[in-house]
Amino acid sequence: MGAIWDILNLALLAATIRMATPLILTAIGGVFTERSGVTNIGMEGMMLFGAFFGVLASYWTGSPWWGMVGGVAAGGVAGAIHALLAIKYSANQIVSALGINVLALGLTPYLSAITWGSRGASDEVAGLPRWEIPLIREIPVISEILGPHAPTVFLMVAIVVVAQIVLFKTKWGLRVRAVGEFARAAATAGVPVQQTRYICVVISGILSGLAGVHLALGHLAMFSWGMTGGRGFIALAVMIFGNWRPYRTLAAGLVFGFADALQIRLQGLGVPVQFMQMIPYLVTIAVLAGVMGRSRPPADIGKPYEAG
Amino acid sequence: MLAKVIAPLRSILPEIVAVCAAFMVGAIVLWVTGHPIGDTFYRLFHGAFGTRNAIGTTLTRATPLVFTGLAFSIAFQCGLFNIGAEGQLQVGAFAAAWVGFALPAMPPFVHIPLAFAAAALAGVLWALIPGVLRAKRGVHEVVTTMMLAHVGILLTRYFVFGPFKAPGLIPHTERIASTVQLARIMPPTQLSTALFIALFCAFAVYLFLWKTSLGYGIRAAGLNPTAAEAGGVPITYSIILSLLLSGGLAGLGGAGEVLGVFHRFIDGFSPGYGWDGIAVGLLGRLHPIGIVLSALLFGALRVGGIAIDRTTDVPLDIAVVLQAMVILFIAAPKLLKFIRKRK
Repeated sequence: MGAIWDILNLALLAATIRMATPLILTAIGGVFTERSGVTNIGMEGMMLFGAFFGVLASYWTGSPWWGMVGGVAAGGVAGAIHALLAIKYSANQIVSALGINVLALGLTPYLSAITWGSRGASDEVAGLPRWEIPLIREIPVISEILGPHAPTVFLMVAIVVVAQIVLFKTKWGLRVRAVGEFARAAATAGVPVQQTRYICVVISGILSGLAGVHLALGHLAMFSWGMTGGRGFIALAVMIFGNWRPYRTLAAGLVFGFADALQIRLQGLGVPVQFMQMIPYLVTIAVLAGVMGRSRPPADIGKPYEAG
Repeated sequence: MLAKVIAPLRSILPEIVAVCAAFMVGAIVLWVTGHPIGDTFYRLFHGAFGTRNAIGTTLTRATPLVFTGLAFSIAFQCGLFNIGAEGQLQVGAFAAAWVGFALPAMPPFVHIPLAFAAAALAGVLWALIPGVLRAKRGVHEVVTTMMLAHVGILLTRYFVFGPFKAPGLIPHTERIASTVQLARIMPPTQLSTALFIALFCAFAVYLFLWKTSLGYGIRAAGLNPTAAEAGGVPITYSIILSLLLSGGLAGLGGAGEVLGVFHRFIDGFSPGYGWDGIAVGLLGRLHPIGIVLSALLFGALRVGGIAIDRTTDVPLDIAVVLQAMVILFIAAPKLLKFIRKRK
């Protein structure tokens, strides 16, 4: 029994939140882009850009906050490139997103080698501080779970709430959903289809960039080659598991975050590490195969829209 | 005479423009980061084609890309994205290695085909789940093939770190029997007869897709599923068949590497041939001839990138940046038209 409680403890729950944060941030971005009818499997690359430029900006300025700005901006620019290709130039959305992923895998070690002399890892830079919530700090059990965490964790919670309100309680949110379900009808009703899609894809880039900042400045304070490790793809599964809804995406992200935190702890128990690392991928396939009941993506997804 | 040369060139103009545009962006990246443009590109080209050994190495690198490019394309002809060829390649490579080191030595004409068959079977198995899920339940194959790619990479890694690890520090299997090794055709380079098998597969895929009714069904399902179904093409069957063939081809690519180049399964033997196959297939416009040519280009980029890294202070990742730019330019034909108009 003792061994189990060594693993299932409060630190595990704290780790769950930390591991879930980049998945949820990216998946919320995915909710916006897919709700507007544009697929984005390039979020892995956008996250990698966010991680790299976050570290680069922190390195240049000495401030992790400028690092956050840099990472978010880089993710947003990568999102804008995907949006431009997919929306204006009617690119195949899967191909252009793959191009973004490959670009991130090439450009980040290239620039890392030029800046720090190593394509594998950056120097250590100023990382984000850890925050505690003043009142909760006094409560014994909950304080261990809810803090101290990187500011990105608290930002993530706020973003989930805002995303839910924006998508389901505002006029613009209604338009986003209409564009993703039936672009032509939305256009007839006077919704600027292309503009709505641009904004949503850039939002997904920004949130992926923020997820990268969380990974690079939230707990390590450095960049390493391919450090996103497939989380951008797992986030797609989180989004689907969350049925393209922010609150459910939050819950789904916590489930995946828990699996991720657990697999790291189980590595000490003699289970081969490779089998543990397979878990998120296998869970994703099981979820997609309909174990959780069927989910329905927005109807107009992946289809370029041409006015006129 | 001149017209005969120019006509086919005109039809592949978009691809030529895409490659040129990619190199232009690459030049900008080099310029911004303070590296000499002309010298770097010269070394890239010389490293890939400048000597006999360079050519042999480029062809060696292009061989698996022909397989994975074909794998991506045969699925895409059916409208499917098999972006998990990397996993199918890895399990195929391991299956071929297992036949090579675990089974007793046999005459080469039995042993070699057996190893290739095992590799193809492993690749097919790896594509089976995405194929069935897509055909029967409508689950998008992009995510399933990619997730299974990671599972395949991890599974083979477990094998060579665990039960099949040969003594020593390096995570690899025992050496395969000499009866299953493919002949080297350009020593001292590692170029083997796997190249001829790749070219044969390209020819076979061409015959299959354009000269058989099964292949026609696959292409029809990709062009217009509704019309194809109305015309009597069994869509479900075409989807599963094309994904299985795709997985099998990627698996054969893994066998070519093990039997021709490494003579054992080594963890990390592939620098991403499966992922590169996507770009190869797209640039080759999903046609076997185009795939062979673009495999040559991407093989050259890889080999030239290593040459740059060795002889200059330009990081080899510039080759990956060039590859990404080719994909982005190929993704958006309208962008290319826009660039051409501006000239």
